[in-house]
Amino acid sequence: MNRSKPRILVKGAGVAGMTACVALAERGGDVTLYDEAGRVGAGASWFAGGMLAPWCEAESAPEEVTAQSIGAVDWWARHVPQVIRQGSLVLAPARDVGEIARFARRTSHYTQVNGAEIASLEPDLDGRFQKGLFFAQEGHVDPRVALQALFDRLLSLGGHALLAGAPAPDEAAFDWVVDCTGLVARDRLDTLRGVRGEMLLLRCRDVSLHRPVRMLHPRIPVYIVPRANHLFMVGATMVESEDTGGMTVRSMLELLNAAYTLHPGFAEAEILETGIGLRPSYPDNMPRVTQDGKYLFINGMYRHGFLLSPARAEEAADRIFGQAA
Amino acid sequence: MTDRIQDNREDNRMDVLFYGQALSFPLMLGTAQYPSPEILREAVLAARPGVVTVSLRREAAREKTGQAFWSLIQELGVPVLPNTAGCHTVKEAVTTAHMAREVFGTDWVKLEVIGEQDTLQPDVFGLVEAARILSEEGFKVFPYTTEDLVVAERLLACGCEVLMPWGAPIGSGRGLNNVFGLRALRAHFPGVPLVVDAGLGVPSHAAQALELGYDAVLINTAVARAGDPAQMARAFRLAVEAGQLGRKADPMEERDMAAPSTPVAGKAFLG
Repeated sequence: MNRSKPRILVKGAGVAGMTACVALAERGGDVTLYDEAGRVGAGASWFAGGMLAPWCEAESAPEEVTAQSIGAVDWWARHVPQVIRQGSLVLAPARDVGEIARFARRTSHYTQVNGAEIASLEPDLDGRFQKGLFFAQEGHVDPRVALQALFDRLLSLGGHALLAGAPAPDEAAFDWVVDCTGLVARDRLDTLRGVRGEMLLLRCRDVSLHRPVRMLHPRIPVYIVPRANHLFMVGATMVESEDTGGMTVRSMLELLNAAYTLHPGFAEAEILETGIGLRPSYPDNMPRVTQDGKYLFINGMYRHGFLLSPARAEEAADRIFGQAA
Repeated sequence: MTDRIQDNREDNRMDVLFYGQALSFPLMLGTAQYPSPEILREAVLAARPGVVTVSLRREAAREKTGQAFWSLIQELGVPVLPNTAGCHTVKEAVTTAHMAREVFGTDWVKLEVIGEQDTLQPDVFGLVEAARILSEEGFKVFPYTTEDLVVAERLLACGCEVLMPWGAPIGSGRGLNNVFGLRALRAHFPGVPLVVDAGLGVPSHAAQALELGYDAVLINTAVARAGDPAQMARAFRLAVEAGQLGRKADPMEERDMAAPSTPVAGKAFLG
């Protein structure tokens, strides 16, 4: 066996698995990707917002999230052509404007913006909001485009893919197995649970935005992320449930209300898709890399898959190849 | 410090019974909206509440799909008071109570029937109806209500042995909005366990409720949405203890004029 080029099986083609594939292949691994669903992005990652917002997340996430994700925007920009670095905007309806002060107290790296400044950032919001926060260094990416770009990158680095009906590979033939299968791995990761998230994909030709907007609300915070071709992702609910059934009316109302409050032009938007995913989560809602012999588990991405998976992928690569110089 | 709190705990046991059971501490802590289950656990360790409340409606829209989270709640080792948060009709509330009894193995239920989406104000008509149905079925109902005396009478008449009036709308953090009304409720029902539920924002609000003679307080958002939930949980525990001790110590009467605590001999104070 050629020790300089370990044979690595990566199971799971979501954001944890795809970032691991690329990080491991870049360090010289002979990487094989396998997903039992037979395609890239069959799980929760497909429905992610794709916001690369280390500083906004500090509002409710532990400090480690910000610390571990500051490099994430650069990591994605190095690997995916379509990373948009236009920052992100935090707004609140007039009656909930107090929420902006709370958000500001708990975050950093923003500038306070008034009505005119909001309008210069987002002309379509002219006159609609008088107060907000602008996080200039943040970015966003379309998760579906990004996962495909990582897949292409894996192949260009000489990696292999077992998708679309391929039989399960013989794990004994690999030096390492990196399991990134989310809740599928819960039998081996006993504190893992699913947190239900629901999202909408809208097409709206009447509104254009250049960056994600977070609409604050004391109970129901929602974000609206612009994507190419007049698409908008609106998300996402957080329910402590492992129900995989269709979107509830309550959730749909909450998401649509936020979009409509942001701009009434969304009234005529087409609802193209409703998406439901279960976010794999540990009790502290922080991802981790764990090891059991030749098995590495990268799991527990919770709502931070695109933000935190690059750091976890590099951590897994460090375990296999030793610390990078 | 710990010993002293333990002593008071023993002391409280004799005070008030909720359906025949004493709470280990007159604080009820909600489990919604925390940044993570781990932070919730830290908050519970800091508050050491007499019960934790858990919502089921949205989590269990279909079958028992919230089980993973509920198991974490049960592992906290604190008695569980399931609630019907998010229910807007009598039927929803009754169904949710049934599920709660099955999931948590308790006949206690904190009954919420929400009447108004914006303020989450209780629908007191639906509340009384649901309380009647559930009490007849053997549930021990903790109704989330307003400070209205007549509604309180109706709830007691249909079998409730505890009342949980709001301090202010759920999640508003405004404290005791109607101190007069809460005082009147306390005076009218001296023997009924009363819990201020909803609307508390800072620890002094909890102390005030205990000083008014309320038997416990329920908090959730104030702790869950604080920057440091565990620290806020501990602050609420201390405030509840302070309010309770202050009440027991028989406070002085309010007066309109200054009453110096040191003699004022030599000054012409009768002029």
